[in-house]
Amino acid sequence: MDSASLLQFLISGLTVGSTYGLTALGFTIIFNTTGIINFAQGEFVMLGGMLSVFFMRIAGLDEASAIVLAVAAVTLAGALIERFTIRPVKDASIINLIIITIGVSIFIRGLAMLAWGKDTFALPPFSGDAPIALFGAVVMPQSIWVLAISLLILSGLKAFFSGTIYGKGMLACAQDKKAAYLVGISVERMVLLSFMISGLVGAVGGAILAPITLTSFDVGVILGLKGFAACILGGLGNPFGAAAGGLILGVLESFGAGLLSSAYKDAFAFIILLLLLFVRPSGLFGTREAKRV
Amino acid sequence: MQGLKKDLLLTGAFLSALCLAPWVLPSGYYLTVLIMCCLNAMTVVGLNLLLGYAGQISLGHAAFYGLAAYTTAILTTTLGLPVALGMLAGVGLAALVAFVIGIPTLKLSGNYLAMATLGFGVIVYIFLNETVGLTGGPSGFTGIPRLNAAGLTLSSDRSYYYLTAAVLCAVVLLSLNLIRSRLGRALRALHTSEKAAQAVGIDIARYKLFIFVLSAAFAGAAGVLYAHYLTFIAPSSFGFLFSVELLVMVVLGGMASVWGSVTGAFFLTALPEFLRMFENVEIIIYGAILILCMMFLPRGLAGGVSSLAVRLRGRARPGEDDHAS
Repeated sequence: MDSASLLQFLISGLTVGSTYGLTALGFTIIFNTTGIINFAQGEFVMLGGMLSVFFMRIAGLDEASAIVLAVAAVTLAGALIERFTIRPVKDASIINLIIITIGVSIFIRGLAMLAWGKDTFALPPFSGDAPIALFGAVVMPQSIWVLAISLLILSGLKAFFSGTIYGKGMLACAQDKKAAYLVGISVERMVLLSFMISGLVGAVGGAILAPITLTSFDVGVILGLKGFAACILGGLGNPFGAAAGGLILGVLESFGAGLLSSAYKDAFAFIILLLLLFVRPSGLFGTREAKRV
Repeated sequence: MQGLKKDLLLTGAFLSALCLAPWVLPSGYYLTVLIMCCLNAMTVVGLNLLLGYAGQISLGHAAFYGLAAYTTAILTTTLGLPVALGMLAGVGLAALVAFVIGIPTLKLSGNYLAMATLGFGVIVYIFLNETVGLTGGPSGFTGIPRLNAAGLTLSSDRSYYYLTAAVLCAVVLLSLNLIRSRLGRALRALHTSEKAAQAVGIDIARYKLFIFVLSAAFAGAAGVLYAHYLTFIAPSSFGFLFSVELLVMVVLGGMASVWGSVTGAFFLTALPEFLRMFENVEIIIYGAILILCMMFLPRGLAGGVSSLAVRLRGRARPGEDDHAS
């Protein structure tokens, strides 16, 4: 195996991995403020891709505005989900809230199937598809877009959490909800905000991935699964761990596919994940046991 | 033994109701639905022992169901062994695999345990899909013989239905009995606090493993019955979404309630059949019903029924006009 192929696997792994990382970030943000594993997270990603295609084709918008509109729509969807299915029953047990998000994901999948059918759609690459040569490996321009936008989102989130009052409020909720209430933080508003940010991050991931892997009404299931795996790999509740977990998972899959077989790439990634969990029961960067579910 | 008597009576009544059902139902098609209800109920009762009583989550139970179904399929069809032997081996393998993966996996907790069992399910699913020579791959495994034991072949759907109903009732009775035993109390103790349970001398690792293996065996029993009923199996029936569905059945039915699990399984298995008439919007309505049930019945269908009963009793009191619906 020459170094050019290894580099190739690394690049494609990082590309797919960064979208896993974005999905994982979405999980982490909601988990931190509520303790819920949001099973509809994959659906946010699906909607990001599908709505972008829809706004481009049906509404005739250019790609950039279509994506912006799609991301805004999914952010709104996140708010609606929180307002109508989570807030009315916010004192219910965590497992009940998780089942509600499963219901929401089925509901959204059903809507998407009704609206767009079972076909797969493609979004054109953001800046052509002329490959760029790099030390003998081939990089598609879309890969660079994916990596750059993921990095942008990550630094944006970092600035948000450490630099704004809302971000700090959300961190306070993650630390201790009751204490956050006591110092006058509106926990309800933070939960609403967490669903909106999760929607936003997921939708961006879906939109930037759509030119590479195609999209259809049911891509959310597998992407949600990968995002959750990435969270656990990195250590649940740790945003940095989620992003890193996504990248590691993507690279593992890519090398599994390249060196072993593409049929078993997911099995390879999950076997490594299981082995890792047996050695480190709270993920790579997890600090304490998440005593939830 | 007041409790045992009540359980026997209830299970007996349930079995009679199940046996009477085919006489009332309009067509033979509903038998298939009922058989699927019974099979899912077996798995869900087992999963509830694990989740509702012992407090340990599993998102991989579809894998045990599938492993057992494929084991008996391969043994009886490819190797031509007797069906009874294949079925025993299927249940045995499900239990054995649960034992082997349970030892390292059950040390995890909460979401990490959910992930590990989920990962196990995905791995099994991929192997069922990819080992085409053995399992037939994604297009499925055909030609599995119908159940026959001691020269008797259960060829009609109705006789097969009676068998699954009887097995379900056995599973229910066993579970009800188990919960009231020393082991059941130990499980509830470790659900409340593992540390406290350990402090009073409960071997928590052993109990967790036992209940994990038992629930896998129940799933395996459902799996082998499924294989010999449909005579065709494909990996897509044993994927991640089925594991999630089983979990939903447990919670929707009511955590830590055996009868709740039976109700949840019957309700969610039969629901799509009733939604058939809505064609395209079927899935949307299914999702909406799930959301609304979880929002308005926080203790599941079982809890909903008991609180309805309380409210109805309250309404019977004079001067109180309480809308119980």
